[in-house]
Amino acid sequence: MYNQLTPEIISMIQKVSDHVYTGGDISPDYARDEMPIYGTRMPDLAVQPRSTEEVAAVMKICYENNIPVTPRGAGTGLAGGAVPLFGGVLMDISKMNRILEYDLENFVVNIEAGVLLADLAADCLTRGMMYPPDPGEKFACVGGNVATNAGGMRAVKYGTTRDYVRAMTVVLPNGEITHMGATVSKTSSGYSLMNLMIGSEGTLGIITELTLKIIPAPKAAASLIIPFRDLRTALATVPKFRMNHMDPQAIEFMEREIVMLSERYVGKAVFPQELSGEPINAYLLITLDGTSSEEVDKLIEQAANIALEAGAMDVLIADTSNRIKDAWAARSSFLEAIMEETKLLDECDVVVPVNKIADYLEFVNEQGRKCGLEIKTFGHAGDGNLHIYQCSNDLDEEEFKRRVDAFFDIIYREATRCGGLVSGEHGIGSGKIKYLVDSVGETNMELMRGIKQVFDPKMILNPGKVCYKL
Amino acid sequence: MNICVCVKQVPDTTEIRIDPETHTLIRAGVPSIVNPFDTYALEAAVRLREKLGGRVVVISMGPPQAAEAVRSCLAVGADEGYLISGRKFGGSDTLATSYILSEAIRAVEKKEGISFDLILGGKQAVDGDTAQVAPEIAEHLGLPQVTYALGIEEKDGELRVKRDCDNGYDIISVKLPAVVTVVRLPYEPRYPSIGPWLESKKRTIPVLTEADLETVDLTRCGLNGSPTKVKKSYTPVREKHGVILSKVPADEASAKVAGMLREAGII
Repeated sequence: MYNQLTPEIISMIQKVSDHVYTGGDISPDYARDEMPIYGTRMPDLAVQPRSTEEVAAVMKICYENNIPVTPRGAGTGLAGGAVPLFGGVLMDISKMNRILEYDLENFVVNIEAGVLLADLAADCLTRGMMYPPDPGEKFACVGGNVATNAGGMRAVKYGTTRDYVRAMTVVLPNGEITHMGATVSKTSSGYSLMNLMIGSEGTLGIITELTLKIIPAPKAAASLIIPFRDLRTALATVPKFRMNHMDPQAIEFMEREIVMLSERYVGKAVFPQELSGEPINAYLLITLDGTSSEEVDKLIEQAANIALEAGAMDVLIADTSNRIKDAWAARSSFLEAIMEETKLLDECDVVVPVNKIADYLEFVNEQGRKCGLEIKTFGHAGDGNLHIYQCSNDLDEEEFKRRVDAFFDIIYREATRCGGLVSGEHGIGSGKIKYLVDSVGETNMELMRGIKQVFDPKMILNPGKVCYKL
Repeated sequence: MNICVCVKQVPDTTEIRIDPETHTLIRAGVPSIVNPFDTYALEAAVRLREKLGGRVVVISMGPPQAAEAVRSCLAVGADEGYLISGRKFGGSDTLATSYILSEAIRAVEKKEGISFDLILGGKQAVDGDTAQVAPEIAEHLGLPQVTYALGIEEKDGELRVKRDCDNGYDIISVKLPAVVTVVRLPYEPRYPSIGPWLESKKRTIPVLTEADLETVDLTRCGLNGSPTKVKKSYTPVREKHGVILSKVPADEASAKVAGMLREAGII
């Protein structure tokens, strides 16, 4: 159904781009993202464009010749979204990485889509500004964050990536360049095409430039490590912060075992394992921010009182940037720490209502045992987004996949049943389509396929992802 | 065991940023912290006290706002803290500072009614990087010293100190009282727990001025007592050594490298 790249087409692409790779010059990284269990495939040609026009010119050639194109940022995805399942052209936008312009009167920054999240965050800070979305993977491209509507640690207070996109430049599958959105903060101007693009995982168009909302950076912040005897008590504490008019920037939960695993990986132990001889089994890690250190001191006291009343064993305070960094180092390295000690790995990032987290995790752990899988979990207690990892060092891949499939069927069904959704922030990619269908139903899937058809009638852009398999 | 820990308030170097336009350091709004090496010294002191009993007293010389550094030490296990601050002390170099601190240590012993078995500090402050003050305190007080500690253990009234070296470490046994400076430890400094943290916020930090140090010789303090003269400070130029061959095929590149090594007489 797609055409193969011919020497003629390759030379046409080489005429419009100086950054074309073929054969052995193609990086093997382009065959995969960070979750290779969903399948790998090398592209037949890779391009690293430096401008929107270059993206458009390559796209036009592929459109006219019916060649599939897979857009890619830093390749840090976890759902197989950037894997060129049908070969063809891989469009790596990571070299379009310039921060173009700040407009501090309208609180926006213009960037190319390949800018790394870490670079954008650091650059904003030098101007006293903050780009609030804070996904765990700091070396992802912001374009990829937008394409998956990445969430992250600060979503509980500041929202997800979607809440910070004001405008974008998009190359459509036919090579046409279009602009969506505007710098303004309100709109009631027809269908929001921009919001369709956000979370579309490179299936509707290629995002090349972004106008992002930024906010004045909080002047002071502190994190609290709050140890608990059990996870249920920890999770029951979370809504109490809100009820008491507190608005933490981040509220993460974690269990003892994964903290120890991650601290081994990081090589620094800051989480206490016991208190006066009593073992600690779960933690909340929260961050509070404010306009002055005096204000944050008051928030610390308030949060500590709430936590202690709810059954916390103690409250430990990280009030210097080094302590905050160390407290978060373990949390930020969970995935890498798991990867380091695991041969076969699959993951799901369901989101469930906050008051269902404890019950749901109990269910998940029980099903893991029944399916014969080792399960590791952590997640965002403030918004119900859970990261559930299936790990194995002794099963063969076929058997592992079989067990994970059975496990996923059960736990996704349960997530939907209790009011949740398939993915909180990682996306659907190629790995989760089946579960999306089960969760949102055929009517909604048909609407998605219809939208895909309008944007991409030849179905050449990132085929086999999100809403249809080929 | 009674332990005195000398700490210094320093700018939080992890928070220092470069101005994107002028390429100079942005100093405004940079928070102050306890010198990170000193936090390890304090943790070692608190652990020794937890095992052996006694008192941990923190002293810090600096401007009035350095009281916050002392206060934060009270939140992680110090029993008492003193700020050494006086107009005559301003402008002191390491020699004058160590002299003033040694006098302060004697004054604090008198106030507390104890004598210190051990004086601890970080190996150096991250803002000045001299690593001179603690060893000079040892000289002023006539005490033995061990620098660059990676671990401290007490055994039969003596200390066993694991001292960092270029090629490994030494184990040094030292009789008390002594001065020890700390690089880091096998464990991390504890985070303040909410109880002591709140309590520390309410404590008044006693300030010792020149008037409180009875035997201090003021000619040895401040600018007058400081032989060090800073004539100029500058940012070292970054020199790029090494040659990078890019966009050269591997076989051509290896031939070039071999040629360069031959030219340099290395092979």
